[in-house]
Amino acid sequence: MLKLVKLVFSAPMLAAVSLLLGAGTADAAIGRSEPWQMWFQTAATPVMERILEFHNLLLIIEILIVLLVVGIMCYIIFRFNAKSNPVPSKTTHNTLLEVVWTGIPLFILIIIAIPSLKLLYYADKVQDAEMTLKVTGNQWYWNYTYPGHGGFSFDSIFVPDEELKKGQPRLLTVDNPVVLPARTNIRLLLTSADVIHNWAVPSFGVKLDTVGGRINETWVNINEEGDYYGMCSELCGVNHAYMPIHVKAVSKADFAAWVATAKREFADGDDDAPRAAKLAKADIPAVAR
Amino acid sequence: MANETTVAETAHGADHGHHPSGWRRWLFSTNHKDIGSMYIVLSLIAAFVGGSFSVLIRMELAEPGIQFNLFWLDNEAAYLQFYNVLVTGHGFIMVFFVVMPALIGGFGNWFVPMMIGAPDMAFPRMNNISFWLLAASLVLLVIAAFTQGGPGTGWTVYPPLSNAEFHPGAAVDLGILSLHLAGASSVLGAVNFITTIFNMRAPGMLIHRMPLFVWAILVTAFLLLLAIPVLAGALTMLLTDRNFGTAFFDAAQGGDPVLWQQLFWFFGHPEVYIIIIPAFGIISQVISTFSKKPIFGYLGMAYAMVFIGFVGFVVWAHHLYTSGLDVDTRAYFVSATLVIAVPTGIKIFSWLATMWGGSIDFRTPMLFACGFIFLFVMGGVTGVALANAGMDIAFHDTYFVVAHFHYVMAIAAVFAMFSGFYYWIGKMSGRQYPRVLARIHFWLFFIGVNVVFFPQHFLGMAGMPRRIPDYPDAYAGWNYVSSIGSYITSASALLFFYIVWKTLRSGEKIAANQWGEGATTLEWTVESPAPFHTFEDTPDMTEK
Repeated sequence: MLKLVKLVFSAPMLAAVSLLLGAGTADAAIGRSEPWQMWFQTAATPVMERILEFHNLLLIIEILIVLLVVGIMCYIIFRFNAKSNPVPSKTTHNTLLEVVWTGIPLFILIIIAIPSLKLLYYADKVQDAEMTLKVTGNQWYWNYTYPGHGGFSFDSIFVPDEELKKGQPRLLTVDNPVVLPARTNIRLLLTSADVIHNWAVPSFGVKLDTVGGRINETWVNINEEGDYYGMCSELCGVNHAYMPIHVKAVSKADFAAWVATAKREFADGDDDAPRAAKLAKADIPAVAR
Repeated sequence: MANETTVAETAHGADHGHHPSGWRRWLFSTNHKDIGSMYIVLSLIAAFVGGSFSVLIRMELAEPGIQFNLFWLDNEAAYLQFYNVLVTGHGFIMVFFVVMPALIGGFGNWFVPMMIGAPDMAFPRMNNISFWLLAASLVLLVIAAFTQGGPGTGWTVYPPLSNAEFHPGAAVDLGILSLHLAGASSVLGAVNFITTIFNMRAPGMLIHRMPLFVWAILVTAFLLLLAIPVLAGALTMLLTDRNFGTAFFDAAQGGDPVLWQQLFWFFGHPEVYIIIIPAFGIISQVISTFSKKPIFGYLGMAYAMVFIGFVGFVVWAHHLYTSGLDVDTRAYFVSATLVIAVPTGIKIFSWLATMWGGSIDFRTPMLFACGFIFLFVMGGVTGVALANAGMDIAFHDTYFVVAHFHYVMAIAAVFAMFSGFYYWIGKMSGRQYPRVLARIHFWLFFIGVNVVFFPQHFLGMAGMPRRIPDYPDAYAGWNYVSSIGSYITSASALLFFYIVWKTLRSGEKIAANQWGEGATTLEWTVESPAPFHTFEDTPDMTEK
């Protein structure tokens, strides 16, 4: 039994299954999904890599359970229909069987729980953060602050369809993407200025509520430079679908250069007048309440 | 007709059957069968409304972009709000006004007293008020949906979005009052069922001999009794936050928005078991009947439901994995949630073992029961995945969750409702449903719901969030497929309404026990339709 379990969960088997299901993702766009995608977005952080690895284990268990139940049902339909088996048996108990089908699921749950808890604690917080990004959810845009770089901040507002430039994805494009250095441990602090929002980037394995009056913490370490997209993932009112997240990951040197210009560009980042104009331009009702 | 009844009753020397006629029979009803029928009619009406909401949602999501505007809405923001109201209304209506009234109020009222050999429910007048509170509640909810933009909060009503600043106007207040009425209705119903089942069993109908449907309703009643007051408390706090200046959920004044989530899900998680446990009961009866075998592992089945009900109260925060809970708290909720797989596994395997060795008639109720097992297992395994807080980072608030809970809880419960309907409609109406149409209904519905919900797993894994009216173009393909499924399902639902009409109007008359040797519970010992007063003499079960 144990041998069988070991075989099923061995690395080559896991790789085969993930290859089968993730076929085509190798050359997929990084940081967002593709038409007819049936699988996760390509992992861009160590956390998402571990989530995918854990999911490979889960998926094998899920498929085996469904196949087992459907298989038994098909056999029953074939073998125990009224024509094939006119006289029903009267068996109503079998203690051994009942112990087995209570015990084996428990055993499977333990197999799941151990890597699950490891992943949970790994994804929670980072001990040695090299920098911090503060994210504030607003109806209906994100505000980003860099407390370790002089504390400048700016808004990241949805770009409506008619203003998109060629190649910019609809509903995912913002005026000011949030820029982060790759291969850096970044602490994320999240809060909200109004209702609850949720800052989520699927390829990062990051998804955390922004709640007014609280600061939630998580972390990210982006493997490679590139553009990564996400959407608000907590219902936050009429324009919930229109507050995308665009993370531009750059090298550390480029990031330092960007910080220098951004400090000047966003010196007045918290002024309300330009913000109101921008929101109006993006067709976001100032007070839809 | 009235005269005939009177003559017949006089001949029997009893006046139990003497009842008001016309509208008085229904408005003032204290008869468990009439009240049960009214619950089922209410459920059918609500299903039409809630189902239409879901089709509107799928029409909006069929293609990228905003599809259409409704004539009474003057701008796009109003339409986006209305979309959120559709999402909210679909959830509320399906949970509180379709599944619960059908499974608990409808089949529970009809068959719990009959199965235990009782003449009626313990508190017949309370039974009446339970029903009419629910009817009033539905009216309030529909009014709320069309008042000042409606409640666009989702059925979870999270503040601050649901507080007076972000939802001014009466819509959310009306919604809260509606839920209060529905809650009062459920608690009164629960008290009634518990008292009936504990005190009104026929001689020999010991607790450990009750049909599993009665067990299911008993467990459900306890869940309602313990969970609804927590919802009522939370709703009242929200109501006073909105109207009387309290600040339970307002962080700016020392309150906590996440407190609402804790309270809501302390109710909300048991609530999903309130929906699915009566379904377990129906499936057990149906599988046993058509396999012509007693249920396998009866005690295990009964206590699995008790255990599921108990564990259901200590896993609520798995709905809050991304709200910022402490990591150790999440670790506990992962472990507790995974445990639920054990009793649910016992149920699945016991159903299969009941069928094993049986001589199975695959009539329509049995088809729906087999469909239920498939859907429940599909949704069950994705539930095991979602139980893991680490994994949930990828799944939370995506369409994967939508697919999961529709499979495991919503559509599975609807399959149990259809199974119960075809199983018992002969007993309730005295008429046979059209057999071929019923089979077509099953296959259309089974294909339809799988086409709706299976692709949503892909959408969720690819990262599409829930509760959005428009989505990035990459998600267009599977959304289109899902919407096609919704149209197939609607066609099937309309066919079901036709079947109901056809059965009541021109179904052939049937005998007391239409299912033969497998149907061993007490309702099959009385004529069809079941007489207004079920048992002339208390059935004696001591020798059986």
